Amino acid sequence: MTNANLSYVREEMLAPQDPPLGQTGVIRWLRENLFSSWLNAILTILSVWFVWTVVSHLFPWFYNSIWSGGSLNECREIRDATLGEGASAACFAVISDRWQQLLFGFYPSDGYWRPILALFLFLGSIMPVLFAALPRKLLLGTAAAPFVLVWLLWGGSIWVAVSVALGFVAGFIAYRVVSSSIGSSLLAILAAIAAPILYWSVLHGPVSGAFSGIIPIELPKVQSKEFGGFTLSVIIGIAGIVLSLPLGILLALGRQSNLFLIKYVSVGFIEVIRGVPLIAWLFTASLLLNYFLPPGTNFDLMLRVIIMVTLFSAAYIAEVIRGGLAALPRGQYEAADALGLDYWLSMRLIILPQALKISIPGIVNTFIGLFKDTTLVVFIGLLDPIGLAGAIRASTDWQGIYWELFIFIGLMFFIFCYSMGRYSLYLEKKLQREHR
Amino acid sequence: MKKTIFLGALTVAGLAATAASASTLDDVLARGKLNCGVSTGLAGFAAPDANGVWQGFDVDMCRAVAAAVLGDPMAVEFVPTTGQTRFTALASGEVDMLARNTTWTFSRDVDLKFEFAGTNYYDGQGFMVPTSLGVSSAKDLDGATVCIQTGTTTELNLADFFRSNNISYEPVPIETNAEALQQYNAGACDAYTTDASGLAASRATFENPADHIILPEIISKEPLAPLVRHGDNQWGDIVRWTLNALITAEELGVTSANVAEHAAAAGDNPEVNRLLGTEGELGAMLGLSADWAVKAIAAGGNYGESFERNIGSSTPIGLARGLNALWTNGGLLYSPPFR
Amino acid sequence: MTISVDVPKDSFRLSQLLYDTRYRSLTIQVVAFILLMLSFSWLVSNTVQNLSALGKDFDFGFLSTPAGYDINQRLIEYSSQSSHGRAAIVGILNTLLVAFLGCIVATVIGVLVGVLRLSKNWVVSRLMAVYVEALRNVPLLLWIVLIFALMTESTPQPRDFREGGSASMLLGDTMAITNRGVFIPKPIWHDGSMILGAIFVLSLIGIWAFRRYARKRQEQTGDILPVFWVSLGLLIVPVTLFYFVLGHPVTLEYPELGGFNFQGGLQIRNSLIALWFALSLYTGAFIAEIVRAGILAVSKGQTEAAFALGLRPNRTMNLVILPQAMRVIIPPLISQFLNLTKNSSLAIAVGYMDVRATLGGITINQTGRELEGMLLLGLFYLTASLMISSVMNIYNNRMKLKER
Repeated sequence: MTNANLSYVREEMLAPQDPPLGQTGVIRWLRENLFSSWLNAILTILSVWFVWTVVSHLFPWFYNSIWSGGSLNECREIRDATLGEGASAACFAVISDRWQQLLFGFYPSDGYWRPILALFLFLGSIMPVLFAALPRKLLLGTAAAPFVLVWLLWGGSIWVAVSVALGFVAGFIAYRVVSSSIGSSLLAILAAIAAPILYWSVLHGPVSGAFSGIIPIELPKVQSKEFGGFTLSVIIGIAGIVLSLPLGILLALGRQSNLFLIKYVSVGFIEVIRGVPLIAWLFTASLLLNYFLPPGTNFDLMLRVIIMVTLFSAAYIAEVIRGGLAALPRGQYEAADALGLDYWLSMRLIILPQALKISIPGIVNTFIGLFKDTTLVVFIGLLDPIGLAGAIRASTDWQGIYWELFIFIGLMFFIFCYSMGRYSLYLEKKLQREHR
Repeated sequence: MKKTIFLGALTVAGLAATAASASTLDDVLARGKLNCGVSTGLAGFAAPDANGVWQGFDVDMCRAVAAAVLGDPMAVEFVPTTGQTRFTALASGEVDMLARNTTWTFSRDVDLKFEFAGTNYYDGQGFMVPTSLGVSSAKDLDGATVCIQTGTTTELNLADFFRSNNISYEPVPIETNAEALQQYNAGACDAYTTDASGLAASRATFENPADHIILPEIISKEPLAPLVRHGDNQWGDIVRWTLNALITAEELGVTSANVAEHAAAAGDNPEVNRLLGTEGELGAMLGLSADWAVKAIAAGGNYGESFERNIGSSTPIGLARGLNALWTNGGLLYSPPFR
Repeated sequence: MTISVDVPKDSFRLSQLLYDTRYRSLTIQVVAFILLMLSFSWLVSNTVQNLSALGKDFDFGFLSTPAGYDINQRLIEYSSQSSHGRAAIVGILNTLLVAFLGCIVATVIGVLVGVLRLSKNWVVSRLMAVYVEALRNVPLLLWIVLIFALMTESTPQPRDFREGGSASMLLGDTMAITNRGVFIPKPIWHDGSMILGAIFVLSLIGIWAFRRYARKRQEQTGDILPVFWVSLGLLIVPVTLFYFVLGHPVTLEYPELGGFNFQGGLQIRNSLIALWFALSLYTGAFIAEIVRAGILAVSKGQTEAAFALGLRPNRTMNLVILPQAMRVIIPPLISQFLNLTKNSSLAIAVGYMDVRATLGGITINQTGRELEGMLLLGLFYLTASLMISSVMNIYNNRMKLKER
């Protein structure tokens, strides 16, 4: 062992070599992600080919689109003059000519700010519900919002809305007074129902009349028939969901109830509503609802549709909330019982706040579905965006136009529904994090 | 909880707003607006323009009635109805009258219990085919694919026609006129059938109208008429005589331009005087003001003016008067006398 | 709080109905029942009054009167002289047909897209995401209308198939794609086709028996039999053999251009195809999300364990992941099938004559029997929905994790 210090192990490190060209950067990424196997390679090529075909067909059409002109013929003339005979060009002039109609229907044009403001007010008023971080005091604003919104959209004297709202305040006060003085929750609920009805039937007229006389704050009245386009879709969708929430909660509770009759009535209602397509319910609203009401009553189609849509979505909301109720651990129910709370108190204080919170993503998804389904009202003669597209295509100016209108409508729906969907996804993720 | 009651309140408000009473005329007067059912969009007959104002031949009928009753041709709420919902809308009182290309048939009059106020357009079902098909008669259409609009009498007429001629066909039912035309233009059907007026109107808007012909056969009678509910004869009379007033006005040469002049003082023609209320009490008999017909005519002109403005030969629709000319010109329009 | 174990039994006071939990539920139910009956009778009496005011009656006699209109796609014999009732049945069959076809294709699309969305291939997964989001966020009605229009515009007219035309038939002149529909050869059943059918059924039973045997054998001995190839052989060989032995009991009728249109063969109408594809693509997007969620719900440890056992990726998918994912997938899948069935009522948009268009459309319109017609229509959809959900629930119960 003479050369004991003879190192047969290299002492200095080799400088790291660059990885082979195929293992770095774009090429590696391509190899791993797009061409990792034969199947993958074929899929990639097919997809790229598909995208290319679609884009190459549509791009010139979009790129050449014409935005000015009062009729399809003018559009064609402009196209022939600038691009040559028969070139492929979209005629979005129909949108610039009629976008107000597609958005607002026949709403008076000097009142366009009203639906817009109403939408923002609505978004603002649901913020405290959706984002728990906001101060709870804001919920008062949420409670007032429905009255303000109805007044804003339909117009009339603000005091009518205020006076209707006062009825609910009366009901609330009656509930408080009775429950604190007598202590019976059943009687309190009865009082809470009776007081507003009494108030509306006796005092509502004089009160709103008197206030209107003193301080007249009025907006021009707008008939339901003048609503149309996206305004109509949004109103039906939002009204349907908001109004169906209470009914949906009751139905969900009813379905879980121990009371035989209540349970099976709820189940029956939910299954019947869900078993029949919305379009059949809409036809019922338009063709049959008048049969079921006292002779001579007749109220406008939009209201009938809102009622039907409310009943319809209540069944779906009930199922969503039932899921939320079922997801709560059994211990929550038992804990509430152990505290000696009665049914309504335990629901109000313990079960529902938790169940509703986990149901919100489901409710948002139901809303997206409902909002898309509002397009079905076209079959009963309400002019939603698709109905208006039909009416616009019936005018002599725009007869023969097709894709441009539907692309615009589809895009509007997409923007609305996609953002709602993203929000619901975000909520779902957030809830999952909180549950851990 | 709160909101269900709110719904109730809304419902109550809706009920209160339109509680129906016995007389349609009283309802309309109380409301200050005429609810008129029109189609959801049919070129020349009813369609909203860029400002959202409804225009068309049927729309003019509504405006004339509104002018006669309320004095204001714009006091109309147009209720778009589909082929399916129109009759219920009228029966339930949602609309006061229907001016929507509705064919006057026995069963609609008797079984469905409506009152037709006289024909405002004499139509008939025809066929349109591409010239290149080389067809000159509807009887040559054996085995053809035919586009039709559903919810109308056309599909029944079509079935009858092909059955009685013992030839086969393939129906392609389509919901709206615009959709049906799209199918026809793409060649998905050999022929398109609907009222001849609609065919002519559609043909006029094609890029090359000459490539299409309307076959000579008219396979049905389609008297299109405004209609009201059974049982309110006064209201039926108002609509009927408003229509008659427009027809008579054309016959007597009263137009929207000269109606004011004629109505200013009684003239030489006693029927003009009675029509315009400068003589006799025809208006009061209807329960309207004396100058009801003056307002109706001033609203959209007499029958001929309305026809020319909306669907006549000077418009893109380009319909000839044909059967809808006055009886004095060889047509079928014949109003009972005003006396 | 005191616990009272023995409740006084001697006296029954009226207030017990309200405050004693033993009786309260009964009280509430009785009150609810009375309210329910009252509102129900209110509705009925209103309806009766309204009907008599309109001079109408409640009568299903209209179902036996001649319909007077034609229906293009009919699975059973029907002419314009048939009754409204028969027209309704034709419509019901059409609804069931499109719902059945739609459910199958939607499932295929959904599973494919759901799996591809999880693919590591960036282009493919992006493309699938775009597909899912686009379909899910735009109303179905719009898709139906657009797909119908797209098909009408992009396929040739029958006229173009003439001499010198721009289009030609496919697959050796046996099939034609036109904007009136796809024409395919139509099988004509001669004598002996029954025997052939019986043999086909027998070979299906044979396949089932063989698969059972193969599974048992694998469990006992570990040998894996070539199940796929044997099944394929069983499916094809006997039927082909007997087809020649029996002397061509089934022949095909080919579509031929004649007159205005193709004659003969089987026409799958554009309205059916458009509705079918629109429903499948739309529902498929929802199913894709369900499938994706189902696969993601199976924890990664399962895959790793399967790999550790030496299973190859496709067997891992088939034997480990999918069976577990199915439990998550099936319940929402059922509701998607129900949605598809109900959404088929949008057939009216493309003129497909489903039950909504015949019974709920033209019949109601011609006879003025809204109440009866809508009642029958509602009953049909309700029955269909309940049947689908009960069948699928049975399947779901069989697939469910048996917890012990």
